[in-house]
Amino acid sequence: MTTSCHAPTMVAGDRAHIEVCDLTMAFGDFVLQRDLSFSIPRGSVFVIMGGSGCGKSTLLRHILGLLEPAAGSVLLDGRQISGLEPEARESIMRRFGVLYQSGALWSSMTLAENISLPLEEYTDLRPAEIREIAALKMAMVGLRGFEDYYPSEVSGGMQKRAGLARAIALDPEILCIDEPSAGLDPISSKRLDDLILELRDSMDTTVVMVTHELPSIYAIGTDSIFLDAETRTMIASGPPVWLRDNCENPTVRNFMTRGEGENG
Amino acid sequence: MKKPVIEAVGRPDGLTLRAAGTWDIEAEMPEYGGVRTAVAALGSGDVLGYDTTDLETWDSGFLALVQRLEAIAADRGVEVDHSGLPEGARRLLSLAESSPSREDARRSTERPPAVERIGEATLDAVSEADRAVVFLGETTRSLGRFAMGRGRYRKRDLWLLVQQAGAGALGIVSLVSFLLGAILAFVGAVQLQQFGATIFVANLVGIAMARDMGALMTAIVMAGRSGAAYAAQLGSMKVNQETDALVTLGISPVDFLVAPRVLALSTMMPLLTLYAILMGIAGGALVATTMLDLSLTTYWNQTAGALSIGDIAGGLFKALVYGILIALSGCREGMRCGGSASAVGDAATAAVVSSIVAIISAAGVFAWVFYVLGI
Repeated sequence: MTTSCHAPTMVAGDRAHIEVCDLTMAFGDFVLQRDLSFSIPRGSVFVIMGGSGCGKSTLLRHILGLLEPAAGSVLLDGRQISGLEPEARESIMRRFGVLYQSGALWSSMTLAENISLPLEEYTDLRPAEIREIAALKMAMVGLRGFEDYYPSEVSGGMQKRAGLARAIALDPEILCIDEPSAGLDPISSKRLDDLILELRDSMDTTVVMVTHELPSIYAIGTDSIFLDAETRTMIASGPPVWLRDNCENPTVRNFMTRGEGENG
Repeated sequence: MKKPVIEAVGRPDGLTLRAAGTWDIEAEMPEYGGVRTAVAALGSGDVLGYDTTDLETWDSGFLALVQRLEAIAADRGVEVDHSGLPEGARRLLSLAESSPSREDARRSTERPPAVERIGEATLDAVSEADRAVVFLGETTRSLGRFAMGRGRYRKRDLWLLVQQAGAGALGIVSLVSFLLGAILAFVGAVQLQQFGATIFVANLVGIAMARDMGALMTAIVMAGRSGAAYAAQLGSMKVNQETDALVTLGISPVDFLVAPRVLALSTMMPLLTLYAILMGIAGGALVATTMLDLSLTTYWNQTAGALSIGDIAGGLFKALVYGILIALSGCREGMRCGGSASAVGDAATAAVVSSIVAIISAAGVFAWVFYVLGI
């Protein structure tokens, strides 16, 4: 029995930063998810949950406007993201910062150069100022002193943090993060969570995160949706803690209690 | 949008920096030369404070400027008071300051003196040569194991490599050697026409293709085609730790990856060269029959009379050696590839360059040896 459960909306419509309306994601005839409707409030940490292969990362790519929706739309501040002219697209992309699953640092550049590139492309700052801002971002993510290292010379956790520093180089309004804790030990993962929260609080960033790391979800998620691979739509939405305590749907319950609530 | 402004206002115990307007690094940054001078004029015991009541928005550009001014202030023993900064900015600055500085991690950017650099380069070259000899030895042993039937490789991989290095290269080898034969015929025809000896175009094309040009052109094509591919394949396997995975299984990467490639290329090269020789003769024949009014039969008989079995055997032997050189250079560059995506590109480039250098050097040695031996 698949009963979906949705928390009562606690966000007034005008506070919605990103709105997804009746979105259907498909590759050719293969429909990945249909009828997704939710809104991401400004300043929230929005978690996209779901089992492997249900289309979480694909949803993130739709929100970023990298993929065209098969039906429905994604709105940023009430303006459609998909199907834009290249210039309009570029100005929208600058409002996003993205941290990719494996960091996706450019391997032929040092960490500082990785962070400087967006600044060089989009600002008229002098090289010395760019270097300072890059150093500041590196210090924020705890990588002071590693400016001249190449990505292959530092650990996976450090690559993630450098990726985060690159994502926030242009002070984005929206920070999209794909699997922040994948491949990190619990302590590094906790520190990354704290860092994300700190950045959100200080810069009033909206964070959209794909993850299935339960401790992270409960610790920093303020709102979430749950995508189901079987029914191919979202079967739950609301604050993660609320879902854990109130959601009756067995799939969601299993996920949120790591299967321990199966018989309870 | 208001213009961003920063100004220094004196106060009894030091200086207050008043920031106002909209700060956006993508738009414009304010002039701050005056403020910097004012901060630099402070002395020990003074206080540097902030007034941001008129500051509308701020971003990293503002933070970086604050950091820069505070670095100047810190050098002069000035006390800094962050209480006038916006809440978020204060938090970000303390986040940046709290992160431990790994001074030991910092790289020195100083250039070592010339003598040291020459020494380093020499030592590098020696150890590089050392590793090259080790690689050659390992490959030889691996081929020995292969010959004894104890090599560890997958038959399917070997056949695939044979197909890629053999049948897969026929198209490009046909084109290049056909054109080369035609070019040789053109060059020869112009000279030989002066003596009325156009029939000797057949000798020229046949002997040149069989003894040298067939093997050489095929080798250069294969260096660009297979040599680069081997370096890129092995290099990306190295980057993805696939070679490490082989080693942990107790399989030597040289057995599994290098030996089949050397074998495939060195067996296919003579066959491709034989084919290239025929294509070159065909190219020469086309020019001779259309431009020099020679009949196809005459041309063929002349070619057959000019070529000895030794010429062709010599060419095929050279091709075998070139094949081994290309495969070794490609695999060697792939195996010593660094850990990043750009290193794979470097390895492919190095493979092509080093195999072409090896091929040309070997061709020179062959020319001399064949001359001395009178072959």
